[in-house]
Amino acid sequence: MPDTNLITTDAVIVGAGPVGLFSVFELGLNDIKCHLIDILDRPGGQCAELYPEKPIYDIPAVPVCTGSELTERLLEQIKPFNPHFHFSQMAESLQKTPEGLWRLTTDAGTVIDSKIVVLACGGGSFVPKRPPIKGIEAYEGKSVFYSVRKMDKFRDKNIVIAGGGDSALDWTINLQPIAKRVTLLHRRDEFRAAPDSVLKMRALVAEGKMDLKIANLTALNGADGQIETLTIQEENKLLGHLPCDNLLAFYGLTMKLGPVANFGINLHENLIPVNTADFESSTPGIFAIGDINSYAGKMKLILSGFHEAALMAKKAFAIIHPDRRYRFQYTTSSSDLQGKLGVADAAA
Amino acid sequence: MRILCTDIDGKEHELQATDEWSVMEIIREGGIPILAQCGGSCACATCHVYIDPEWKSKLPEPNEEEIGMLDGAFDVTGDSRLACQLIFNEKLNGLKLKLAPGSV
Repeated sequence: MPDTNLITTDAVIVGAGPVGLFSVFELGLNDIKCHLIDILDRPGGQCAELYPEKPIYDIPAVPVCTGSELTERLLEQIKPFNPHFHFSQMAESLQKTPEGLWRLTTDAGTVIDSKIVVLACGGGSFVPKRPPIKGIEAYEGKSVFYSVRKMDKFRDKNIVIAGGGDSALDWTINLQPIAKRVTLLHRRDEFRAAPDSVLKMRALVAEGKMDLKIANLTALNGADGQIETLTIQEENKLLGHLPCDNLLAFYGLTMKLGPVANFGINLHENLIPVNTADFESSTPGIFAIGDINSYAGKMKLILSGFHEAALMAKKAFAIIHPDRRYRFQYTTSSSDLQGKLGVADAAA
Repeated sequence: MRILCTDIDGKEHELQATDEWSVMEIIREGGIPILAQCGGSCACATCHVYIDPEWKSKLPEPNEEEIGMLDGAFDVTGDSRLACQLIFNEKLNGLKLKLAPGSV
């Protein structure tokens, strides 16, 4: 990796969910600059992916807000600290440099050296759900895919797209003109996707330009990673074997801990034990806050993660600014903090 | 009160059930691994269970949201439900169900 791509900063936060975002605020008040990494293509974590439109009632002083509203408000709150986001990438490895910094590398090749790392990665990385079909691993990346990088890969192929949401419908419509034949495979004849996409798909079926099969996918048949047919069933009744070169499966995302498990940090049942004074893991300089950590009495609530972020930031200050004396201040009364927030004039 | 839950390996467990708890919470509290990643907000389909046919009619019908969310589950059948959407009450004492693949 050429050093020209190397980013150097104070803190790297893994996970841009609510707790990761609020960390930017607490660290920012302590003059700590942050870069955030998230596998999703947008901030919010579970609030963005699982319940953007669902109400949350237990954020202090916010009687109700949705997951996406909470995300928007946090982004507004941390704006003065100008955090750098690295989206659509997964933190892949973490190593100590000879200079004593933490070097974090992502699967997109981003390399960041920092003095501390904050793991705010919740239930793990959101990755595509893998159908629980025996032996599917052998086909993945060869003839089974969970995303489309290059459309041309599917030119003149018999492709089956499984799923009933926007991803399945969008790729059906986009790949239909270039594939040899597209079959959309879904468990029921209803789709939770943009109505316009559903209409387009139905029109293509009516014109005989693609196929729609209502069935469950139960087995892959082929050899050496290359599918030949898919076994499809309705309930327990065999419907047949569908000829197929490539399967694209879009069943949504699920959370997996992923490479964090190989960072060399002490884990217990896929959670990171921390002490409750500063939420540092057993590895100095590596903190864990939010749903990923465990300690006596832990409650997996967003508000617990906010509290943990504040205590983490105090310890982070001691590591990053060892020559400075920690000063406990309130945003209500401190002109110093108000200056950092860019509200000094308003508060005066 | 109790429910009978067959785990992914086919072993049946008798679990203590509490009125007004969701079946997902009863399974989780009973120590049977169940993903239930969204924590019970009908947003992830990782608490998918198969209800014993004899018990199916005793449950309220699934709403549109639950039916839609089952699109993100695997091997969905007419017995499929999301355990987080089933609220236990005394009429369900003895409820039999089986964890579905993708929920553990």
